[in-house]
Amino acid sequence: MTARTAPFIEPGGSEVPVTRTIHWGRWISGTVALLLAAWLAWLFIDNPRLDWAKVGEYLFNGKILSGVWVTLEIAVLATAIGLALGVVLAVMRLSHNPVLRSLSWFYIWFFRGTPLLVQLIFWYNLAFLFPHLILKIPFTQVGVFWDTNQVMTGFTAAMLGLGLNLAAYFAETVRAGIQAVDEGQTDAAYALGMTPMKRMRYIVLPQALRIIIPPTGNEFISMLKTTSLVYVVAGNDLMTNASQIYKANNLIMELLIVASIWYMLMTAIATWLQTKLERRFGRDAVRLVRGGGLTGRLRGLAGSRTIDQGAGA
Amino acid sequence: MTNLEKFSETTAPVVHARDVRMSYGQHEILHGVNLEVAPGEVACIVGPSGSGKSTFLRCINGLEPVHVGSLRVLGQEVGYDLTNGKAKAWNAKQFAQFRTGIGMVFQRFNLFAHMDAAQNVACAPVRVLGISQQEAAERARDQLARVGLADHAHKRPHQLSGGQQQRVAIARALAMQPAVMLFDEPTSALDPELVDEVLEVMKGLARGGMTMVVVTHEIGFARDVGDTVSFFDEGVVAEHGPAREVLTHPQHERTKAFLSSVR
Ligand SMILES: Nc1ncnc2c1ncn2[C@@H]1O[C@H](COP(=O)(O)OP(=O)(O)OP(=O)(O)O)[C@@H](O)[C@H]1O
Ligand SMILES: [Mg+2]
Repeated sequence: MTARTAPFIEPGGSEVPVTRTIHWGRWISGTVALLLAAWLAWLFIDNPRLDWAKVGEYLFNGKILSGVWVTLEIAVLATAIGLALGVVLAVMRLSHNPVLRSLSWFYIWFFRGTPLLVQLIFWYNLAFLFPHLILKIPFTQVGVFWDTNQVMTGFTAAMLGLGLNLAAYFAETVRAGIQAVDEGQTDAAYALGMTPMKRMRYIVLPQALRIIIPPTGNEFISMLKTTSLVYVVAGNDLMTNASQIYKANNLIMELLIVASIWYMLMTAIATWLQTKLERRFGRDAVRLVRGGGLTGRLRGLAGSRTIDQGAGA
Repeated sequence: MTNLEKFSETTAPVVHARDVRMSYGQHEILHGVNLEVAPGEVACIVGPSGSGKSTFLRCINGLEPVHVGSLRVLGQEVGYDLTNGKAKAWNAKQFAQFRTGIGMVFQRFNLFAHMDAAQNVACAPVRVLGISQQEAAERARDQLARVGLADHAHKRPHQLSGGQQQRVAIARALAMQPAVMLFDEPTSALDPELVDEVLEVMKGLARGGMTMVVVTHEIGFARDVGDTVSFFDEGVVAEHGPAREVLTHPQHERTKAFLSSVR
C-alpha cells in the first residue's frame, strides 16, 4: 500500500503533514535475512579450497560452451517432441475409439511409471535388442537400413527419452485444456456440419491451446535442467562436458559452479520468455472458458468424460 | 444436386416425428412425440421446464439419438440409412453432411470464442462446404448486414452484447443456407431490452419463408409469428394446433395452467 501523497488541510486552511511510519518489523527481519545470506555466500567466496580463478577460466571454455549449445538443442527438440506427441495422446485419450483410448492410457502409464533415468539408458542401449533399424515396404526389398549404434547416439537417446517422457505428462495438461473448452462450442460445431476431427482442429484445439500454452513455459524450464540427466548416456550436453573436465582435473566444485551459472542464465532467459508468453495468452484464456461456468469447468477437469461423436449413438 | 435441393421441390413435411421416444440411460425423457412441420411453416414449441423441448430439438439435427419411433427430417430418417431393407447407423461424416442443411441457434449463443463475428460466420462455409475464403468473407458480410451487424464484423464475442451475439449466431447458421432453422429459447439468456432486436431478425426470416422450429417462452412472438404451436408436457405433445387458437383458447388444463403462469 502506498501512503497518501498530500497533507491534510484543516478547515482554517492550515496544513497537517503526514508523518512517515517506520516499519520496525520489516527492517529487522530484512536485516537478519540479509546477514544470513551474506554469511552463506562468504563461506563459499572465502573458501580457500575453492579456486574462483578457475571458475572464471572455465566459464567460457570451448567444451563448456558447446555443452551449453547441445543442452539448448536437446531441450528445444525434446520439448517440441513432447508437446506434439502430447497433443496426439490427449486426443486419442478422449477419442470414442476404445483401442486408441487404451493405447494412450497405456503409454501414459508406462512412461510415467518408469524412471526417466531407466528410459534414457534403455534408448541409449537399444542396439543390444535391435542391432539394426530397418524401414522397408513389406514383402519387398525396398527400404532403408541403419546401424542402431550410429543412430542411437547419446544425443538422439536424450532427445527421444526426454521427449517421449514429457509427452506422457503433457498429454494430461492438454486433456485438461480440451475439457475446459465449453461444450456449447462442440454443439455449435456439430450443428454447423463439422465432423469430430474438424471440430477438434478448428474449434476446440485452438481454444484449448490458449490454456495449454502458458504451462509449456514451465515444461521447457524444467526440461533445461532435466537434460543434465543426459550425462548418464554421454549426450555431450553441458553436464556431460563439465563432468568430463572435472574427472580429468578434479576441480569438481568449480565446474559444478560453472555449469550452474549457465543453467541459471538459461533459466532466467526462459523465464523472461515465459512471462511474455503468459501475458500474451493468459488473459484470453480466462475469458475463453467462461462459457461453461465454474462448476461446468470443474466437472470437465475432474471427470474423465469422453468427447462424444455428436452422433448421439 | 444435394439432398436438400431435391427435397425442397417436394411438399413433404420438413420434420415428421412419429412416436419419438428418447432416454438418458434408464430415464425416458421423450415418451412418444408426434409432430409435423410443413415447408415454410413457423412451428413454435412451448411448455414447462424439463418437458423435453430442447431434447426434441436436438434430436431433429441428430445431436441426441432417437431410441424408438421414427423421426424424418428433410426426407431422411435421422441417424439411419434405410436403403436395401436394412437400417444402417450413420457414421460421423453422414451426420455432418445431414446437419449442413439444418441451422441451429442456441440459448447461450455458443459463438466460437477465438474468432471475431465475421470469422464465426465464415468458418463453416469454408471448413465444411469448402468454398473459398474470399467467397465466405462476402457471405459473412451479407449475413451480418442482414442481421444489422455490418459494423461489428471484427468484434470478438465478448465485445458484443447478448443480443448482438445471438444475431451473429443466427447469421452464422444462415451462412450455411439451411433448409430449416432450429431455435432453442434464443432470447431466454438476454436482458429484457435486448429481446426485441433478436425477435425482429427472426420475424424477418419467417416473412422470407424460412421453415423454423422455435422453442420459446415468448408467447407474444408465438402468437404473432407462429403458424402452429405445440405444447410440450412431460415428454409428449399435449396440445397442438394453429398458434392463435392454442394460445388464446387452450383446451387442456395443463396448457391453460402453463399459459396463465407465463403471462
Ligand atoms: N445430458 C442429460 N443427461 C441426463 N438427463 C438430461 C440431460 N439433459 C437433459 N436431461 C433431462 O431431460 C429432461 C428434459 O430436458 P430438456 O432440456 O429437454 O427440457 P426443456 O423442456 O428444454 O426445459 P427448459 O425449458 O428448462 O430448457 C429434464 O428432466 C432433464 O433433467
Ligand atoms: Mg431447454
